[in-house]
Amino acid sequence: MEETIISPDGTQEYFINMGPQHPSTHGVLRLVLTLDGEIIEKVEPHLGYIHRSIEKMCEKDNYRQIIHLTDRMDYLSAHMNNHAVSLAIENALEVEIPDRAKYIRVIMDELTRISSHTLWWGVMGMDLGAITSFLYGFRDHEYITEIFEETCGARLTMNYNVPGGVMFDIHPNFVKHVKDFLADFKTKLPEYDTLLSGNVIFLERTKGVGILSKEDAISFGVTGPAGRASGFSNDVRKKEPYGIYDQLDFKEILYTDGDTYSRYKARIDEMWESIKIIEQLIDNIPEGDFQAKTRKVIKLPKGEFYQKVETARGELGVYIVSDGKMSPYRMKFRSPGFSNLSALDRMARGGKIADLVAIMSTLDLVVPDIDR
Amino acid sequence: MTNEELTNTITSWFPDVEFIEEGSQYLTILVSKEKLLDVISKLKEDTSTHFDYMFCLTCVDWPEHFQMVYHLKSSDLDHMLVLKVNFEDKEKPEVETVCKMYATAELHEREVYDLFGVVFLNHPDLRRLLLTDDWEGYPLRKDYVDEINIVTL
Repeated sequence: MEETIISPDGTQEYFINMGPQHPSTHGVLRLVLTLDGEIIEKVEPHLGYIHRSIEKMCEKDNYRQIIHLTDRMDYLSAHMNNHAVSLAIENALEVEIPDRAKYIRVIMDELTRISSHTLWWGVMGMDLGAITSFLYGFRDHEYITEIFEETCGARLTMNYNVPGGVMFDIHPNFVKHVKDFLADFKTKLPEYDTLLSGNVIFLERTKGVGILSKEDAISFGVTGPAGRASGFSNDVRKKEPYGIYDQLDFKEILYTDGDTYSRYKARIDEMWESIKIIEQLIDNIPEGDFQAKTRKVIKLPKGEFYQKVETARGELGVYIVSDGKMSPYRMKFRSPGFSNLSALDRMARGGKIADLVAIMSTLDLVVPDIDR
Repeated sequence: MTNEELTNTITSWFPDVEFIEEGSQYLTILVSKEKLLDVISKLKEDTSTHFDYMFCLTCVDWPEHFQMVYHLKSSDLDHMLVLKVNFEDKEKPEVETVCKMYATAELHEREVYDLFGVVFLNHPDLRRLLLTDDWEGYPLRKDYVDEINIVTL
């Protein structure tokens, strides 16, 4: 095992295992910390506790089956993961999908983003010792989950996107319930600010903590709200628009401080932007088909296809190498959590062990997304 | 830069770089593994190309060779490029690490080492990442036989 190094003044650094069973890792992530007193000298992630080798399974599955695996990666961005694979397949086949499906997909994506961020906000508060936020966050998360359940039939792994569109039409009550939710959530979101954002203890624990510079964010490939809080402008919805994002009016949230508080604020602001996006769409869902006709057995042409999608955690890349058969020759998922995690060591080094929990919260890691 | 300008710039720097015309939405170049570090550091450091963001790093196991695939993007100029390296030697695949240029490569290369068995020379910490240390074989290789899971898909 690791050797104990005793320094000339008689003190020694020691190792602590954080996880795989730890409430603030939100899943089975194990971190080996090297400490000097309570100062962190090194954070080393040990992965693979829930590695299911989804990429290997994809090589045996056909393209319709693959969709059912991808929402089990980042389960809080299930719609976006499915969206990414569907788009990659549609682009390869050059299928034009109906407008109705495009609208539904974007509304679902943004609802997913809000639900993911509400859950993140709840557990972040809990990680820092505020139980109330956990209850508030789950209250709003539950509201969206019920909307999903009504239309998709499932609450977590929806499998709603299929190549060509969406699996079923939206539930007759969908529009009404989404509008009710937005009206309700707009009164609830300011509560988030009054409860945490202005709280002195919260500010003390987040401001200036876990700073990631813009250069580091780019080098480590930290994307999503975590990267944008460091000033790395990389919103796929703006930079390489997919679906109907190029026709929508919304802002890319950018902060420059790169500390834990900026990452927190970036997500809160993103929720407001998502509300704005859904409001632009919900009354204008076009009539028509919700699915384009595709062949029962999908075979992609030979070649490589790459599709990026902005999930709640950052840039998800789907890389398909096809040799013209029913299953991909190689499939790679560039998951945002994996790259975001790699910067954790840089952010936590030199800080206190208690700050690590706050830093990890604002990276918003979902372990199945990292392990795949 | 447009793809055409990129093609001209790269050709003027490295005349022996091969361009792959078909099969991808991105401009794709094939580099020999000896030249990899030169090409990638020039592409990153030069202000006219400035590929500072590596958004994907992976490997493909083709019947005759392994192929490393690096997806690069410039964070301010917004152009993209795919860089590929083939190595014919399937028994002992080795390539230089790109960790020094891209910090994200450290974990990504460990994943490729773990699942494909590609050795990255001068990598600071090349160990298995997802699988246990005593795991035998490299699961994402095409010739890998999984004896534990009896049910095959």
